[in-house]
Amino acid sequence: MTDMTYEGEAVPSRGDYPGPPSKRIIVSYGFWIFLLSDFIMFSAFFATYAVLAGETAGGPSGKQLFDLTTVAAETAALLASSFACGMAALAVMTAQAWKTYAASATTFLFGVVFLGLEIGEFARMVGEGAGPDRSAFLSAFFSLVGLHGLHVTAGLLWLIVMVGQIATRGYIPTTIRRFLCFALFWHALDIIWVALFTVVYLIGSGL
Amino acid sequence: MLGKLDWSAIPFDEPIPLIVSGVLVLVILAVLGWVTVKGYWPYLWRDWITSVDHKRIGVMYCALALLMLIRGFSDAIMMRSQQSIATDGAMGYLPPEHYDQIFSAHGTIMIFFVAMTFMVGLMNFVVPLQLGIRDVAFPTLNSVSLWLTASGVLLTNMSLVVGEFARTGWLAYPPLSELKFSPGVGVDYYLWSLQISGVGTLLAGVNMVTTILKMRAPGMNLMRMPVFCWTALASSLLIVAAFPVLTATLAMLLLDRYLGFHFFTNEAGGNPMMYINLIWVWGHPEVYILVLPAFGVYSEVIATFSGKALFGYRSMVTATMAICILSFLVWLHHFFTMGAGADVNAVFGVATMIIAVPTGVKVFNWLFTLYGGRVRFTVPVLWAIAFMVTFVIGGMTGVLLAVPPADFQLHNSVFLIAHFHNMVIPGVLFGAFAGYTYWFPKAFGFSLDERLGKIAFWCWFVGFYVTFMPLYALGLMGMTRRLQHTDNAQWDPWLHVSGIGAVLIMIGIGFQVAQLVVSIRNRARLRDATGDPWAGRTLEWSTLSPPPFYNYAVMPNVEGLDAFWREKRQGLDPRRQPPEYEAIEIPRNSPTGFVTAFFAVVTGFALIWHIWWMVILGLVGAFATFMVFAWRKRDEDELPADEIARMEREHAGSVAA
Repeated sequence: MTDMTYEGEAVPSRGDYPGPPSKRIIVSYGFWIFLLSDFIMFSAFFATYAVLAGETAGGPSGKQLFDLTTVAAETAALLASSFACGMAALAVMTAQAWKTYAASATTFLFGVVFLGLEIGEFARMVGEGAGPDRSAFLSAFFSLVGLHGLHVTAGLLWLIVMVGQIATRGYIPTTIRRFLCFALFWHALDIIWVALFTVVYLIGSGL
Repeated sequence: MLGKLDWSAIPFDEPIPLIVSGVLVLVILAVLGWVTVKGYWPYLWRDWITSVDHKRIGVMYCALALLMLIRGFSDAIMMRSQQSIATDGAMGYLPPEHYDQIFSAHGTIMIFFVAMTFMVGLMNFVVPLQLGIRDVAFPTLNSVSLWLTASGVLLTNMSLVVGEFARTGWLAYPPLSELKFSPGVGVDYYLWSLQISGVGTLLAGVNMVTTILKMRAPGMNLMRMPVFCWTALASSLLIVAAFPVLTATLAMLLLDRYLGFHFFTNEAGGNPMMYINLIWVWGHPEVYILVLPAFGVYSEVIATFSGKALFGYRSMVTATMAICILSFLVWLHHFFTMGAGADVNAVFGVATMIIAVPTGVKVFNWLFTLYGGRVRFTVPVLWAIAFMVTFVIGGMTGVLLAVPPADFQLHNSVFLIAHFHNMVIPGVLFGAFAGYTYWFPKAFGFSLDERLGKIAFWCWFVGFYVTFMPLYALGLMGMTRRLQHTDNAQWDPWLHVSGIGAVLIMIGIGFQVAQLVVSIRNRARLRDATGDPWAGRTLEWSTLSPPPFYNYAVMPNVEGLDAFWREKRQGLDPRRQPPEYEAIEIPRNSPTGFVTAFFAVVTGFALIWHIWWMVILGLVGAFATFMVFAWRKRDEDELPADEIARMEREHAGSVAA
């Protein structure tokens, strides 16, 4: 009766559910579900921003504040970081040490560049008296963009931990699974950034 | 050094909270002392606190919920007695600022720490057993979820002793909950408790969705899952989709309060109505997060005790998933009076009425299952039948409220209070009690005392009607909710009757406590050696009671719905065959959840009282805990095949004896 295999194990035929898949599939699946929930949290902040975008309370608007050159540089840094992260994931799956470290370092570096640019932009705005307590628009702006920045910060911390894990324990299955989750997380932040770039900066500069 | 915290936080000038909190502290100290004297700590630490076994975690969730039921009910009886005393100009015994904290705490505790906790507990215990697997997808994460929920519970109850709780109602609407109008720590207690326990709930949801969709026994196709698993899936999907919105909304209010943001303030373009929209985008699905698992419990209970397969399995599944989706399309009916306009209100009014359709399908399915069945009127069945009758009444008053013009008259009145208690008490609490009675023998190996259970049931059932039917009348007479005292002679008799109802419910709870105590004392007589005390249909009854920590020595092979029933009918009791055992990977116990939760409490407490150094301490501690976990040497222990064979033989011996 068992003429099919799944993850190396014989399964009953007739197309019945074959039983639990490998741990790697379960972990990635669970992490995807978590990422979806994270997207939903972002969507609440996006919706809030959309409602409050015009509520400047006599203060500066997006058009006066946003500097698209900086934002373009931020985008480039984030995408470069994501590309490097993809290379790092490949290196981890094939257990190539120096490639792992080089790609992870590149990922980290571009992430820091992104974060530095973002913090710089925030500092400039606060310095101009356009901090989050100035108007509802700015509250929504700082929390939406800041939430993404917070995720990037958490991701950088996670990356340090992952490299530490690989350095001390090698390419064991647990570590590989965790690194792949990190890669998912890092790419997911790109998706958020694309939406953020469009909704906040592109549309905002036109208003 | 200690932020806003000083001796004025202890309510020395208010005798009621002072005495209550004093007694509470003494009780806790007494329990801790008793555990220490008896030397139970090593056992508790090893077998419960650090356990990652889904059954233990489920039991702890349910125990926590039962404990919080008593806390939440104490608030309830204080409110009902206050309202029946403070009539005709009398002021009662609760001053307004205390009364406001009580109704806020009652709602928060009952929804988050009783209903929610109980349902997550039942899901945790039952779902892996019903799916024929050994644990949930992420056992350590499961422990983290439990203990984060417990952290929220602890913080909420700490507010009784140190400081105050919110006076804003259970959803803390701004602008009242903004710093300007609620400068105390009450709202902060509320917000941080819910943020911390909310993370726990979200992780539990992620865990459960992954478990159900990815880990089932071979042959357990989706359409062969027991209905409880379907409702657990729908409920967990709703958790994953709704709780992030709660986190986001509460985070915005926190930013307003802590950093001077303007999301919901009256100034600088803030919009309080946006909070009400956002909170109900979470809040309405939340109702179904609670009620769907209870529907699952009723489905299992009714099918089992009717001795029949559930009527209309496919339509039951369809209705469950339809409710899952529709629950996201009706949130605006919580604030028809906000001024969204006639068209918007009409759309949401109609959408609300449409939800009654799949719910009706379910009710008819249960009725048709009972019809022609050989019904055994056990305690779970009584809860289920009481639910059907009561829930239909609540549903009809809900359809009344779904008509926007009627809602304009009834909103914010005690008619609304009667309506949602009429949904949540039968729809969630009765389901929790049915599930508790139904699966108790599976969890502990002995069943609960039937006679005391029936007395408790009748007290609750009658008590519910006596308490809440008068509130419908009062609502129609124009009484608004959350009144600390009233001055209308026509309302008095109704308020007194309602107070008597609460006393009946209190007697019911007393009998439930007695039932537990008596059952434990008579456990030898109530022992169930078969593992299948109710002639069950689903897989959890095919293993021992209580199940061994690996659940199933051999993963069952599922060939259809009601898998265990089929096996029994075919005479192929899986326990009778001499199976070939294979080694099992058992997840190792871990204190990660408990330690993380400890640091979460430290962080939450520090944030509430603005003790910034302690915030950093708590966060660093939590991070360090995760690092220790990340670097631990082994995640699993292997249980060798001959060891399983030995344990199974021992079990078989004990069953035969």
